[in-house]
Amino acid sequence: MSVFLLMLALLAPPQAPAPAPATAPRGDVGNGKVLYTKIGCYQCHGREAQGATATGPRLNQNPITYTRFVAYIRKPTGEMPPYTAKVVTDQQAADIFAFLQSLPKPPAVDSIPLLR
Amino acid sequence: MGKRRDFSATRRKFLKGAAVAGAAGIARPVEPAAAAAFAPPGGATAPIQEARSESSIPAEVDVLTTEHCGSDFMVDVLRSLDMEYICSNPGSSFRALHESIVNYGGNQKPEFITCLHEESSVGMAHGYFKIEGKPLGVLAHGTVGLQHAAMAIYNAYCDRVPVFMVVGNTIDATMRRPGVEWLHSVQDAASIVRDFVKWDDTPISLAHFAESAARAYKITMTAPMEPVLLVIDSELQERPLSDKDKMRVVRATRTSPPQGDSGAIAEAAKLLVAAQTPVIIADRAARTAAGMKYLVELAEALQAPVIDQGGRMNFPTRHALNQSGRARALVSDADVILGLELTDFWGSVNAFRDQMHRTSRPITKAGAKLISITAGDLYMKSNYQDFERYPEIDLAMAADAEATLPALIEAVKRLTNPDRKKIFQERGAKLATAHKAALDQSKADATYGWDASPISTARLFGEVWGQIRNEDWSLVSSTQSNWPARLWNIDKYSQFIGGSGGAGVGYGAPAAVGAALANRKYGRLTVNIQNDGDLMYAPGVLWTAAHHRIPLLNVMHNNRAYHQEVMHLQRMASRHNRGIDRAAIGTTIDDPNIDYAKMAQSMGCYAEGPITDPKDLGPAIGRAIAAVKRGQPALVDVVTQPPMKPVEEMS
Repeated sequence: MSVFLLMLALLAPPQAPAPAPATAPRGDVGNGKVLYTKIGCYQCHGREAQGATATGPRLNQNPITYTRFVAYIRKPTGEMPPYTAKVVTDQQAADIFAFLQSLPKPPAVDSIPLLR
Repeated sequence: MGKRRDFSATRRKFLKGAAVAGAAGIARPVEPAAAAAFAPPGGATAPIQEARSESSIPAEVDVLTTEHCGSDFMVDVLRSLDMEYICSNPGSSFRALHESIVNYGGNQKPEFITCLHEESSVGMAHGYFKIEGKPLGVLAHGTVGLQHAAMAIYNAYCDRVPVFMVVGNTIDATMRRPGVEWLHSVQDAASIVRDFVKWDDTPISLAHFAESAARAYKITMTAPMEPVLLVIDSELQERPLSDKDKMRVVRATRTSPPQGDSGAIAEAAKLLVAAQTPVIIADRAARTAAGMKYLVELAEALQAPVIDQGGRMNFPTRHALNQSGRARALVSDADVILGLELTDFWGSVNAFRDQMHRTSRPITKAGAKLISITAGDLYMKSNYQDFERYPEIDLAMAADAEATLPALIEAVKRLTNPDRKKIFQERGAKLATAHKAALDQSKADATYGWDASPISTARLFGEVWGQIRNEDWSLVSSTQSNWPARLWNIDKYSQFIGGSGGAGVGYGAPAAVGAALANRKYGRLTVNIQNDGDLMYAPGVLWTAAHHRIPLLNVMHNNRAYHQEVMHLQRMASRHNRGIDRAAIGTTIDDPNIDYAKMAQSMGCYAEGPITDPKDLGPAIGRAIAAVKRGQPALVDVVTQPPMKPVEEMS
């Protein structure tokens, strides 16, 4: 099995990103949380958006701008499947973005004995 | 009047005279000797068999017992191969050998291991070899059993693992019992798996069996190691044997693994020593613990980074030169790349994009030199495509990597002058810093979702590590997560055995039981992180573990889905602009949820779960380990990320 890293895709230089709204619509965190699971973001990025090296990068505490976020999901440069406005509207994208921004910071490494 | 034919005598003549199609893979015409064996005495046209009264049975046919039979001799042969166990689901086509193993052989060397599926038998042999370093026997029907076994044989073939297959058949059509024995007979039993076994034979005499068994053992243990198969005719097994002590067991000899050409080794050393940014990539490089030691020595001599692709336990995870998590960056910057027993060299140096239009591009920089050492170049078949895409190698050695490493190390050391040594040390210091940073990053990554439910894979592997780190442990599960490589200190060869090879689902559980069987005599704590979908292919192997008192800790990675397929379906739905919320259809294993703890308990295992709260996980694993130390297989069912539904919706 060879699973290429979505993380690498996100790190790759963007190639002619699709036009994105100039301003971010106001996002609904609750709806974003539902959508995050319902439309499958969690599949590669984890339910807590923690990411996985084999499938997709961490989105929790990994700040990117809304403009770049939308541009990437519309026209990803790496392995991520594209999500057009037909299947994820700008408003839904804003809701998911708001949910990701709302995720709390994880506990510190030193606070977890098993990781010391 | 026709004469009743004797199973043992007549079929012996037939087998000696007939050209058995087996090895050639084609059915040949019956030769005169065989035709004569069928012909009624006196050349009359009477039928071969006809109804007769029991009172007319000739005296020689009325002999109903014998002290020894052909299969007793077969046990002598198997014992000469130092075969500890033979895994099998019982079948009539090898009933005589089965009986000889348990009675004549006293059920020792080989001991009959009862399996509930032939795929489990072969999977156990697969896992056993990767701990013990010698093949385990598998006994099956040549027809229905071999068909069940086929996928597991393919996994072993792709993973370069020897398996000694023995399958029963009844070749003489006139001697088959009516009904099922016909259904379980075949002209050319090996044909169904010939594409992915290295060698097969259908011996027609016991002397032939002895010689072919020795040959099969030699072939399966010669790199590249692959499964072999012998078809044993039921008459050969059941034949009365009055002169067993005069039968000669042929000594099985071993072949030295092929070492790389001395000129090529010198050239490789020259390139590696001169390189500014060399990289070593290892997949199935270490066949034994010695191979791991050699790889460490080579890497340290060069102070070169090692990317361990995990086909075997190649390189200690906490060694400063282990840079497996930085593969892409290192390959992109490399001027010389040494690939050791790589399954997919092309895939290691190219990027492939799985979008509507599939594209690929090299990730190496211009002028980078590629060196390969692999026994895979010595042996290849056409039909199944496990050889992967063709890589353009600058210096290819068709040789066994482990056997070649000592000479390469010596050549590298000879060429390393003080100036180069200083450069190597500077490189090593930078790599050590990068290694520490990668470990710190792994720990930081593990904190995300640490307290989540369903339980994150980082937490799962963290909790297991917390319970086993002070034991003599052996992780025998497939490479479904890289958290052990990122978080655990893995520095012994027996602590990791790589993956399935062919990515055929159903490998995990039986391979783990087989590895645990091998680990048992060493007193090692065998740990299997078990995928849910994989277990359900043939869960009966848990019963085999309980029945044969094979201690094994199973921790379920139960995400209630074939999650890889969930992602594939999502990819297609996204590509087609539709239904992106329906990827669960056909890919999830819920509604109802499977209660793996109850299933394991029903088969004699200690079991707990399902566990959804991460705080409950460590104590549960601790209790399961206590059961394992009492000699029992145990299972802890853990509901893990990422399932399709939130836990609260999973009734």
